[in-house]
Amino acid sequence: MALPALRPGMAIEVVGLGKQYRIGGIIDRNKTLRDSIGSLTRSKLGALRARQPREARARRPDNTFWALRDVSFGVERGEVLGVIGRNGAGKSTLLKVLTRIMPPDEGHARIRGRIGSLLEVGTGFHGELTGRENIYLNGAILGMHRYEIDRKYDEIVEFAGVARFIDTPVKRYSSGMYLRLAFSVAAHLEPEILLVDEVLAVGDAEFQKKCLGKMGDVAGEGRTVLFVSHNMDAVRQLCQSALWLESGSIQALGPVEDVIKAYLADTTLNRTADIFPVMDRHYGIGIADLRLTMDASPVSGALDLRVELDVHADAALPRIGIGFGLMTDTGARVVHLDERLTGFMFDMQPGSNHFLLECSALDRLLAAGDYVVSVWLAMPNIGNLVEIDRAATIHIPGVDFYGSGHYVDVHKHGPLLFPLQIRRVEPAHSVE
Amino acid sequence: MSAPRTEIAPGEQITLIKPLRGWVSLGLNEVWHYRELLFYFIWRDIKVRYKQTLLGAAWAILQPVFTMIVFSIFFGQLAKIPSDGIPYPIFSYAGLLPWTFFATGLTNGANSIVRDANLVKRVYFPRLITPISAVVGGLPDFFLAFLVLVGMMIYYGLFPTAASLLLLPLCLLLALSTSMGVGLWLSALNAEYRDVRYVVPFLTQFWMYATPVVYPSSLLDEPWRTLYGLNPMVSVVEGFRWSLLGQGETVPLMFGLSAVASLILLLSGAFFFRRMERRFADVV
Repeated sequence: MALPALRPGMAIEVVGLGKQYRIGGIIDRNKTLRDSIGSLTRSKLGALRARQPREARARRPDNTFWALRDVSFGVERGEVLGVIGRNGAGKSTLLKVLTRIMPPDEGHARIRGRIGSLLEVGTGFHGELTGRENIYLNGAILGMHRYEIDRKYDEIVEFAGVARFIDTPVKRYSSGMYLRLAFSVAAHLEPEILLVDEVLAVGDAEFQKKCLGKMGDVAGEGRTVLFVSHNMDAVRQLCQSALWLESGSIQALGPVEDVIKAYLADTTLNRTADIFPVMDRHYGIGIADLRLTMDASPVSGALDLRVELDVHADAALPRIGIGFGLMTDTGARVVHLDERLTGFMFDMQPGSNHFLLECSALDRLLAAGDYVVSVWLAMPNIGNLVEIDRAATIHIPGVDFYGSGHYVDVHKHGPLLFPLQIRRVEPAHSVE
Repeated sequence: MSAPRTEIAPGEQITLIKPLRGWVSLGLNEVWHYRELLFYFIWRDIKVRYKQTLLGAAWAILQPVFTMIVFSIFFGQLAKIPSDGIPYPIFSYAGLLPWTFFATGLTNGANSIVRDANLVKRVYFPRLITPISAVVGGLPDFFLAFLVLVGMMIYYGLFPTAASLLLLPLCLLLALSTSMGVGLWLSALNAEYRDVRYVVPFLTQFWMYATPVVYPSSLLDEPWRTLYGLNPMVSVVEGFRWSLLGQGETVPLMFGLSAVASLILLLSGAFFFRRMERRFADVV
């Protein structure tokens, strides 16, 4: 089958791409032969018994699902394309297919030039090897030739700021030094196309900021970038266009503002499809249900937000954090309250656990406009387990906060009802 | 030729990503393209192997030497197993030397994909490089241990002829190819079925007793002795003894049988590996 050539000026062309997972293959990381023989016997038995109950026969196709289906798009050279979508929408799968970590099951993609990705930061580092040795090893793993590494070696060491320890095994490095060195190698790869997955990016906020900075550099140099992120501000800042993936298919593709707006307006509780429960299979915990209500308080008349959260745990799990976030309908962060900040951590009982999240008198705090609510479960030192990152949109009505006859609008004035007072004072008062 | 003008820089390549189904080519040209990575993997394995060990590379010698001593006492002295007229210590060591290379290569090869799971899940490179480097990485240990054999040959006054020495590289190649073939099969299976981890120690143990390491193959009568060559390691071990010590005898037909068996193992292993590798990132 002859495929049409990659059009000039295009860096990536994706046509009808699909990737199928076997669910068993994902969950059972330590599958043994016995399980396979067992399932083989079961399916044989099923074939023998022709009058198998319907559900048993229907289960076979259920064992696979399409993580990506019928995805087609093109990226021009020098374009920075943002890829957004909720967890499990297929963003990471798309990157894995494009980086050739796994082959697609349908369609094809053509890529011009070398692909690099910052999700590989530190991959292949070996603790027993020195910084110098790891630079060469890691460079080779990322596809650099020895002469390229030779040429950039000094730059890499300088950027990482580890010159003094370059002949020390990296297992003695602090985690900061280790990350800096790893990032420095990846950053000097200089691929024609850069794939960045913010979700998988390692490191603390400062390190991620550095990654974003480097990405900005790369984009400025006219290189092609695919940027996967949950951070709408970053996407808006770096990308001209965006791709919104939903359950493995393209929901929208176009100018970044339009796509983000459509994405944020499409919240969990607005949709008809029931996504619950959202489970973390590894820890056996998840959000079984989520209900939001906004009511005027009977006492003050102010608007109170109540979130009823049902958490399901397969077994008892201590210290699970509950996080709450709010952003504007254009994706600007208003609050992001994680369990480390708030200390809202609970020991989960096996089965159902009910929680009530309350925010009172929101309309006395926030400017008029639409806000998007996120709720997540986290484990200290592990990270977020499950996330409903756009649970619902809440509307805050206008308040004439300053008594000027004008409403405070989130898009014009910012999200806060800020207690600013300005009054004239007499010189005598202030000197005193 | 009026191809449309494109702005492709010279040497800039276009990668086509498409579904892989059924049996695919070995992709050896791509392995060649990544040969530097192959070298770095081997280098890493050697470098890391003896870091933070007290005796370092001496282990490469100590293991076969101590095994040889134990074998000499139990099989040579106590059980009085015949050794084709050569002193038992050098008889067993000449067998242990290629055997250790084979068994280590097989074990490392079988574990290679699982050990580098982090890489396999996050970076693209020709996957064949992983088991190949794991097996080939055993060569330096082999050469170190070989020095001991040279010392023993001088001590016992057993010298090879120039002509018989020519067989030695072929034997090593045969051991390498067999080890690689089995390693490829097992590493691909290991990615999906961790049973392999438990099978490997048994496999190497049984295989050793099915190979004339502690006894000579001359204990068998023809045609069984020639058929014995279906186990390629028989020819490797016997070939080592013949070419280095000038003792024992080689049967050309046995050798041919071994070469064919080894080649089948290697090719089937490589194609099987290529067929399985597309799922590695999912299952490993």
